[in-house]
Order: sequence, then C-alpha cells, then structure tokens
Amino acid sequence: MIWIVSIVVFIMLAAALAVLLLPNMLSAVAASSVVSLALAVLFALMKAPDVAMTEAAIGAGLSSLLLAMGLRRLGLWKLDED
Amino acid sequence: MSMPGIEIVLYTGAIGLTVIGLAGLLMVRNVFRMLLALVILEAGASLLLILSGFWETGVAPIILSGLSGNTPGQLMNDPVPQALVLTAIVIGVGVQALALALILRIKYQYNTLDMDKIRQQLEHDIASNAGVASPASAQSPDSLALARSGSMESAALATGDKHNG
Repeated sequence: MIWIVSIVVFIMLAAALAVLLLPNMLSAVAASSVVSLALAVLFALMKAPDVAMTEAAIGAGLSSLLLAMGLRRLGLWKLDED
Repeated sequence: MSMPGIEIVLYTGAIGLTVIGLAGLLMVRNVFRMLLALVILEAGASLLLILSGFWETGVAPIILSGLSGNTPGQLMNDPVPQALVLTAIVIGVGVQALALALILRIKYQYNTLDMDKIRQQLEHDIASNAGVASPASAQSPDSLALARSGSMESAALATGDKHNG
C-alpha cells in the first residue's frame, strides 16, 4: 500500500515539475493531465471513490480537452519546439 | 499508527503540488503556463482538503458499521471535505474556462502571451484612453529622477487616472 502511494506521489510531483519545465505547450497540457490522473488514483486509494470518479472524468478529461482546444485556438498546437 | 508513513507521503505530495503551483504562478512569464500552474495549485489544495478528513483505518463514506461486511468498530472517513472537494473540482474547471477566455481575448488584442509586453501595452492603452502622456513605471530610474526634481504633475495625474480607471 505505501509503496503504491509513494510511486503515485512521485509520478504526480514529477509531472507537476514537467508542466513548468517542458518547452512545448502541448506536452505541458499532457503533463497536467497526468497530474490529474495520478490525483484520481490517490483519491481512490484514500477511500474517496466519488471524488476519484469526478476527478478522473472532469479534472483529467474535460479540463484537458478544454486546455487543448484553447491551445489550438491560440496557435500553439505544435509538436516540434520553436 | 501501525503504518505512520503513508500520511507523511501524502502530505509531502499535497504540499509539494501546492509549492510547485505557487512557484509557477509567481515565476512564469507566459500567461498560458500561469493557467497550467493554477491547475496544479488547485490539485494540491484539493488533495490537502481530502487529507484533512482521512485516516488509514477508515472506510469509504457513507457505509455505516455492520453494513456490507465491515467489522462493527470501523469508522468512515469524513464525508464533508469530500463533498467540498467534489464541488471545488467542478468550479475549478469553470475558473479554467474563464481564464482561457481571457487569455484568448489578450491574444486577439495584443498578439502576445508575454506578461511584460502585455503589461506595457495595457499601461499605454490606459494612459491613451485617459488622454495623458504614457507614464513610465513608478520604479523606473527616469521617473524617480523626475520626482526628485519636482516636475511630476502629468505622471501623478496619469497614475491617479490609472487607479481610478
């Protein structure tokens, strides 16, 4: 149990650092989605299944969709770095 | 208290997320990346709230003791922070949509996402709308020298208009 929690927390913090440090905006949005998914796993492990469902559906799904569509409108949807 | 480590690990994750989000919000110059830092800050705050009602031997709410195979002495986690976080997640997506709409307007108006350029253009626009000369920053060396020489009426008028507007 504690090993699973430690690994998920490590992945979550690494993805949060990657959001700030990656030069490409599209990969930064993907890293923020990874943060939300790891947070949903932590909520499920912490016996809060309703919050885990909401976080996985809205925090990881809808929020990432919103940010990616906004990124396309901003003209930053580029796979190569500039 | 058989496994005291798990709460410490979870608190490390929550405080780490909050610190990373706050540092990004303060240090990053791109406004879209500021929005991403705000998302991380929201995640850290919700994890901290859930942790306030959590203990290791608790079961999921609202299953009472004796139902569905629980041993009778078992307690549930606090459901009030969970309901609070459930609301905060949904409202957080609304805040992100509003911030994204503002960023799109900034991009259409000024054609940049850099924080310093946006601030310069905003000050220029406010001053030109108020009908006064474009003021320098109050901390810049030119305006400090002007203030010391005592001929600061136009700049003072401009800053007064800026605070009113």
